[in-house]
Amino acid sequence: MQQRTPEITIVGGGIVGLSVALGLLLAGSRVRVLDGADSDARASQGNFGLVWGQGKGWNFAPYANWTMDALDAWPSFAQKLQELSGINVALVQSGGYEFFTDPTEMECFKAELDQQAGYLGRRASYEMLNGDDLRSQLPDVGAKVVGASFSPRDGHVNPLRFLRALRCAVQAMGGRVTMGATVAAITPQPGGGFALARADGEVTHTEQVVLCAGLGATTLARNLGFITQVKPQLGELLITEKLGSRLPFLSSTIRQVDEGGVQIGGTKADAGFDDHESLAAIAGLARHAVTVFPALADVRVIRAWGALRVMSPDGYPVYAKSAAHPGAFLVTCHSGVTLAPLHASVLAHWILNTSPTPDLEAFDECRFALSHAA
Amino acid sequence: MSVDSRFLMLPETGNRMRFTLDDKPVTAPVGVTLAAALLAHSGDWTRQTAQGTSRTAFCMMGVCFDCLVEVDGTPNTQACMTPLREGMIVRRQVGLPALKGGQNG
Repeated sequence: MQQRTPEITIVGGGIVGLSVALGLLLAGSRVRVLDGADSDARASQGNFGLVWGQGKGWNFAPYANWTMDALDAWPSFAQKLQELSGINVALVQSGGYEFFTDPTEMECFKAELDQQAGYLGRRASYEMLNGDDLRSQLPDVGAKVVGASFSPRDGHVNPLRFLRALRCAVQAMGGRVTMGATVAAITPQPGGGFALARADGEVTHTEQVVLCAGLGATTLARNLGFITQVKPQLGELLITEKLGSRLPFLSSTIRQVDEGGVQIGGTKADAGFDDHESLAAIAGLARHAVTVFPALADVRVIRAWGALRVMSPDGYPVYAKSAAHPGAFLVTCHSGVTLAPLHASVLAHWILNTSPTPDLEAFDECRFALSHAA
Repeated sequence: MSVDSRFLMLPETGNRMRFTLDDKPVTAPVGVTLAAALLAHSGDWTRQTAQGTSRTAFCMMGVCFDCLVEVDGTPNTQACMTPLREGMIVRRQVGLPALKGGQNG
C-alpha cells in the first residue's frame, strides 16, 4: 500500500487544533489531526462557550485588535461551520454584561475598558451602567448589584456542539482525525520533516507539525526548542436544570445554553493539574448568580465540574515558528472559542506563509525570552 | 388517565397515604416513593418533554430524570427521589419550568 505523507500534522484535536486544521484544509493543505487520550486535560470539553471581547487586551493592543477581528469574523464562520458540518453552534452576539457588587472593582474595570478602547479606536463600543440604569433595562437584577459594563459585541456559542461541529467540518473537508493518538515524541529528520512517535508505538512522518495540544504540549514544545511555558488555571462551573424561559441577559459568568440550562462559572485558581471542583467554589458561584439575579435561587443545580484553562505567562496567545526546526509551529491560547474564526483563516496563511501577517509578530514567544529563558 | 398500571404493589400493611394528582385524590401505601405511587396508580405519562413527548419514571434511582413532576408547587422534582408524604399536591409536568423574570416564560 502506498502511503502518502500528510503535509501537515496537527497535534491536538481540541477547539484550537481543529480550528487550525480547518483553516489549513480550507487553504488547500492535506491535514492530519492526532488527538490524545480521553483522560487528558481537555479545556475544550469543560469551557464556558463565550465569544467575548470585553476587557480583552486592555494592556496589550495587538490582542485587543485580534479579539475584535475575531468577533467580527464569527457570524460568517458559524455559517461556514453549519454548511460543512450541518451543525448549528447557536451563536448569539447580542451583547454581554459584566456585573459588579463593588464600586471600586467597577471603577478598575472601567479604566481597563477605557484603555482597551484607546487601542480599538472607533471599533470600541461599551457603556457603563449604574445600578438604577441597569435595573431599568433588567428589572429583576438584584439590589446588591451596583452597576455593570455592557459591550454590544459580546456573545456565546454552545461549546460542546461547537467542538463537534469543528470535528465534523474538518472531516468533511477531508482532514483525517485520529482519536486516542497521544504523541510521545517529535524528532526532526535530517532531510526535513518530522517523525512522530505515538504512545502506542506507531511512528508516522510529516512535513510540518503544529502543536495545538494545550497543556499537553509542554514537553513536546520544549523538546522542539520552544520556550513558552503554559500553566493550568482551574476554573469551576456549574449548570442548572433546563428552563423554559430565557434568561434576559448574557454575562461573563452567567449564561443560558440554548438548550435551557443556566451555566455559571468564572472562578480562577492555581491547583496544578487537579481539575476537581470544590463545594466552597461552587457555592460561591451559586451565591454570585443569586446576587445578580435572585430568581435563580429557585433553580436547581444539576452538575458541577472543574476544567483547566491553558495560560501562557502573560495570558495572551502564542503563535510561534521554530527557528531551530523549520516546519514546527506552536499555537496555544486561552480563548480558543473566541479566536477560532481567525485560527481557521488568518493563522493558516501565517503557517503556510501565503500572506503577509505582520500583526502576528506580536504573538511570537520571543516576548518571553528575557523573563522566562531556560 | 385511563391507562391501567402494569405494576403490582407488595402485600399491603394496611396504612395508606393520600395525595392529589392533578387535583384528583389518590392513595398509596405508606413508605413508597412518589414515583412508585404514580406507577402503581396509572400507566399513563407523568411528564411531557419540551418537545411534547410523553414520559414517566424509568430508572427509579435518580439518574434518568424522566420522573419529573411538580410537587407542592415546585417543578422538576424527581418523583423517584421523593418519599410520598400525606397531602402532597402533585401535578404532571408539561414542558420545562419557567424562570421568574425570564423571557417568553
